[in-house]
Order: sequence, then C-alpha cells, then structure tokens
Amino acid sequence: MGAALEIRNLHVSVEGKPILRGVDLMVKQGEVHALMGPNGSGKSTLANVLLGNPAYEVTDGEIIFRGENILEQEPDVRSRAGLFLAFQYPVSIPGVTLANFLRLAINARLKAEDAESKGISIGDFRKLMRAKMDMLQMDHSFAGRYLNEGFSGGEKKRAEILQMAVLQPSVAILDETDSGLDIDALRIVSEGVNKLRGPELGVLVITHYQRILNYIRPEFVHVMYNGRIVESGGPDLALRLEETGYDWVRERFEVAE
Amino acid sequence: MVAVTRRRPTASDAPSYSRADIEALSDKLKEPTWLRESRLAAWELYEELPMPDRTLEEWRRTDYRSLRWDEAGRISAGRDSRLAAIPAANREPLAGEEQGGFLAFINGEVVHSETADTLTRQGIVFTDLSTACRLHEDLVRPNLMTRAVKPGEGKFAALHAALWTHGAFVYVPRGTTAELPIHIVMYNDLPGATLGHVLVVVEDGAQATVLVDYLSAQAQSQSVYVGATELMVGSGANLRYVSLQDWDRQMFEISYQRARVGRDAALDWVIGTMGSRFVKSFIEVELDGTGANAQVSGMFFADKAQFFDLDTQQNHNAPLTTSNLLFKGAAKDTARSLWQGMIKSLPDMQKIDGFQACRNLVLSDEARMDAIPGLEIEADDVRCTHAATFGTLEEQPVFYLMSRGIPRDQAELMVAEGFFEELLERIPFERVQARLRASLEAKIIGSR
Repeated sequence: MGAALEIRNLHVSVEGKPILRGVDLMVKQGEVHALMGPNGSGKSTLANVLLGNPAYEVTDGEIIFRGENILEQEPDVRSRAGLFLAFQYPVSIPGVTLANFLRLAINARLKAEDAESKGISIGDFRKLMRAKMDMLQMDHSFAGRYLNEGFSGGEKKRAEILQMAVLQPSVAILDETDSGLDIDALRIVSEGVNKLRGPELGVLVITHYQRILNYIRPEFVHVMYNGRIVESGGPDLALRLEETGYDWVRERFEVAE
Repeated sequence: MVAVTRRRPTASDAPSYSRADIEALSDKLKEPTWLRESRLAAWELYEELPMPDRTLEEWRRTDYRSLRWDEAGRISAGRDSRLAAIPAANREPLAGEEQGGFLAFINGEVVHSETADTLTRQGIVFTDLSTACRLHEDLVRPNLMTRAVKPGEGKFAALHAALWTHGAFVYVPRGTTAELPIHIVMYNDLPGATLGHVLVVVEDGAQATVLVDYLSAQAQSQSVYVGATELMVGSGANLRYVSLQDWDRQMFEISYQRARVGRDAALDWVIGTMGSRFVKSFIEVELDGTGANAQVSGMFFADKAQFFDLDTQQNHNAPLTTSNLLFKGAAKDTARSLWQGMIKSLPDMQKIDGFQACRNLVLSDEARMDAIPGLEIEADDVRCTHAATFGTLEEQPVFYLMSRGIPRDQAELMVAEGFFEELLERIPFERVQARLRASLEAKIIGSR
C-alpha cells in the first residue's frame, strides 16, 4: 500500500469557532488533487491542521497517514513521516540560512531513523542542493541567504518548492502557492512541482483560482465551502468554476449560520 | 546584663574601605602624586555621598540587598596568575592569526600585554592604565574621570575613582586608523572585589576597533565589580567598541560607561550582558558635536535568578546629532531584567534624531522583564522616538521549522537565536559572534 493521506470527518475550531465541519478526503501517492473554494471556506485551515499547527483545535475526526492516525503527532514527526506543506505565507527566520536549515531538516530525518547517524556529508548535501536549485532555476546564492528574509513573493514560493524537492515527501500540500505570483513566477514554480510529480508523490493543490491548474493538472478536483467538501469531480469541475465563479456553490450550499 | 545583638552587615551599609586602603593601593602601584591626590579627593566625595537606595529614581527598582560587602568587597589579591588560566576562546586573536593589541588581566593583575608593531609604529598607545598614568600623564590625566564618568555621580562612581584596581588605556592619535583591532580581557578566578577601568581616547579623525571581555571562573563566594568605561571620540573620529560580559553567577556588577562623541564623529557600540548575578549599569552617550552619530546595540539574556538593570541615556548636546539605540533581551526561569532608557536634548538643539527601543523575549512565566523608555526634549524641530515590546517565542516560526522535521527544542532554539541575530551581526568579528552564539545557545537550552 502506498502512503495515502486520509481525512475522515474532520472538525476543527479556532478559538472556539468551528471552521471545518466534517471534511472527508483521500490523497494517495501518485495522485494530484486540487482543493478549490472561496475565501474563508476553510482551505488553509485544513492545510495547517494536516501538519499539526497548534493554533488549531481538532474537535472530531481523524487524519490517517500511512495507516496511522497522526492527530496526536507533533508537526516534526508528521514531516519526517513524509508529509509536506508549502506555506501560503512562509515566515522568515533571521540567522538561519536556507542551506543550514535544509541540512538540519535532512539530518533530523536521518537521526530519527538512526540515533547514531552523523548526518549528510557537506559534499553530498551541496550536490543535492545544487541539483534541486538548478531544477527550479534558482541562483545558487540563495542557499546562503537567511530563510525567507527579504525574499520576494516569488522567491519565497520557489524556496518552498525547493524544500519540497530536497525533503522528498510522499504527500505534499501546496497552500495557495499561486497567490502573489506573476505569470512567469507561477510557471517556474509549477514546472518545478511537475518535475517532482511521479508515482511516489501525492499532491494536494489548494487554490482559489483555476490558473495554477493550467500548469499543475489535477486528476481530482474538490470544492470546499463553509468547512465541508461539497463537490468532487474531475478536471472539468475546475473549468466550470473558472467560468461560473463560486456563486453557484454559495447558492446551492448556503447554510444558515 | 546587657544584651548585644550584632547585626550582620547588609548591602545598604557602605563597604568598609578606608583612606588607608587607597593609600596602600596607590603606594603599591607606585603612582604619581597627581593620581594619588585625585584618588584621595574621590575618597572624600565617597565618604560624603549616601549609599544609593530605592529613594533614588535610578535605583528605585534595583535590589542589591543580597550583596554581602564583607564577603564580596575584599580586594582580590594577585597570585602570579598565568595567561593560560583564561579560557582559550577569549585569548585567540579577534581576527586572523596575529594579535593586534592584546591586554589581559587576572584578578586585576596584568598577565599579558602585547601590541603589534603595526600599531606601535602608528603612534598608538595601548597599555594598562597604571603604566599609562606613569608614562603618559599628558594623555591620561585630562581624560581620566574628568570628562566622561565623574566621581561625583554617585557613591559607586566615587568608590571607583578612589579605588580602581586596574585598567586599560587606548590612545589613537589624530588622523590615525588603527589597522588592527585591540582586545582587552578582564578575567577573575578569585572571588572578591575588582574595580576595572577602560579609557579609550580616539583623537580627531582617528579610527579604532576595541573589544573588551569580562568574565570569571565559577566561584563559591560573592564578588563585586565596580567598573568604569570612558570612550572619547574626537571630531570626525570613528570608534567601534564591543563590550561583552560573562561573569560567573556570584558576581555583582555596578558599572558606569559613558562615551563622548565629537563633531561628525561616529560611535558604534555593542554591549553583551550574559553573566553575573546582579548587574546595574549606566550606559550613556553624549553627542557633543554637530553631526555626531552613535549606534548603541545591547544584547542581554537573564536566566535562573539573574537580575539585570540597564540604564541607557542618549544626550543630544548639539544640533544635527543622531542616536540609535536598540536593546534586545530575553529572560527565562525566575530572572528579572529592567531597561530604563532616556533621550535628552539641551534646549534648542534642532534637527536631532534620536531613537531608542528595547525588545523583550519572555521565555518563562516566572521571568519578569520591564522596559521604561523616556524622552526629555527641549527643542521642536526634532525626531525622537521610542519603543518597547514584549513577547514570548513566536509559535508560527517554530511551527514552520517543525513542519520540516526539526524537533521542537531545536526549532525553538533557532527562533530564539534568530531574535538576537541582527545584533550579533553588529559585532565585527566572526569568531566572537560564534562564541556569543554558543553562550546564547547554552542559555536557551539551559535547564531543559
């Protein structure tokens, strides 16, 4: 069995206010899913909860990854198990270079497998970084810059995909990776993701717009509204949303507050 | 029968020094008459001034009752210490393979004094203060506790002026750029009292970089350090001054540190406060000449039962002066920190630009941090701003790092180190940055 991510009846609150009201979704390795929906529907909440952001409280349901309920696991454990989140708003960390950060992340994986591990050698790490940066058309000087500090919007998103390329997750969630990108940056980032696609990688692309799906073509499209997935289908569903907007979703699924 | 209760001396009793102690010290150091007289004059002042207590504004929040003068106040006696007793990281050259100027004290005794030929040829004088008083009266006397730190400022300033035990003197002549950095280490491995002094005179158009390390070995009984730092920055001169304190936890430090910055001169001052049990330090910049500029950066990290009280003052005594002060501190366990800042201007000093900020990272529920900014501006065409912020370790960056597989402890460490990074980078020596990072790391991980 591949490393499927399965979300069952997930209910989540923030500061006592329910945001997700019973989400069911399954993303298998090798599949690309798109999760669309209007602002405030709960998409980013779902992304954060999948990685265990402590700001959110799960009130009901399960998240199963590799056959295990991971709700009680810390974010670092989930990451080492193969989950990845490309953040919508990556935070900057002064004093930590992108390269050092990624080396620590790799070494944390190696140490979790083998407490005696000395970590990846500098030489191997450099080779890996260079290869992945070239793939994403990133200047090598990026590696020496402080994590997201002073990065442009496009650079931040590219750095997120670089991290994904280096850490090689089995299921990656891309949270509005297209937001704030101009068309060239969007193309470069999307091409980067496409290069990583394959039978080993499941992807959940979270987006408000259909635009990114012209580059990263999903096999499955889901529509989230008011904390639930209200519609699922194939790529044609995304096109329909592009044409008609979210109004029909609102009309059909409006819930009395 | 008469019952006699004998009270144990407390900190509010003045330490039991006498005029004879001053005379004996002056004899031992074979001091010139002018210096002996100035010490004795300071002693007179000392006897007149009251011990500071909480009725004085600047001591209102300062509690040093746990200081036991009978134990801490004994003047440390030298015992022919060797340079090698100082931790290796504090002995290595600041940059490159060679020392520029390097002067080291142990318990107030000179154990090493070295000045590269490059500096000597430039006419730079770098020696211990006692020697300088004997050989360079013309350079020292007009500057020693006359223009920056004055004996009349308070009980401990007077005590220092009367009883300073050792010191360093740096003189960079007019128009000269000291090509190598100057490094001073004051190390103690015996408990007791030391009173160290640093006097730096950078003449008009001259440039220098000076770093001072204060540290001591773990001790079983109390120590006290009553220090003074005087930085004279001439017109158009440029001084980079770094002072790093990492005393052991039995140390009580009371220090006066003041810079005078001349016309179009620049001072870049970095202060690190990590060690000691108690710190009361007055850090002041006098912007005396038109166009003078000072940047003051402070890092502090209080843990366990440490108490840091840092008073800063930026005095704009001339028009078109700028000052920029940023302190960043953290406190954990039951530590306490207090920063009191003040920007002052003389009347009608127009077009001055002063900034002060203190950013506090509170790492435990029992820790307490206070920051009290202040402004006293008597001019209208000015820009003076202040800020004080308090926060706990931000959860979002920690989550971000953890989401990449990095365990919480390490993620928190990285974020906390990141908090100090912008100030660490203001230290112009990578080696020194590295050792400070390591000591921050040890503090953050500490009792986990």
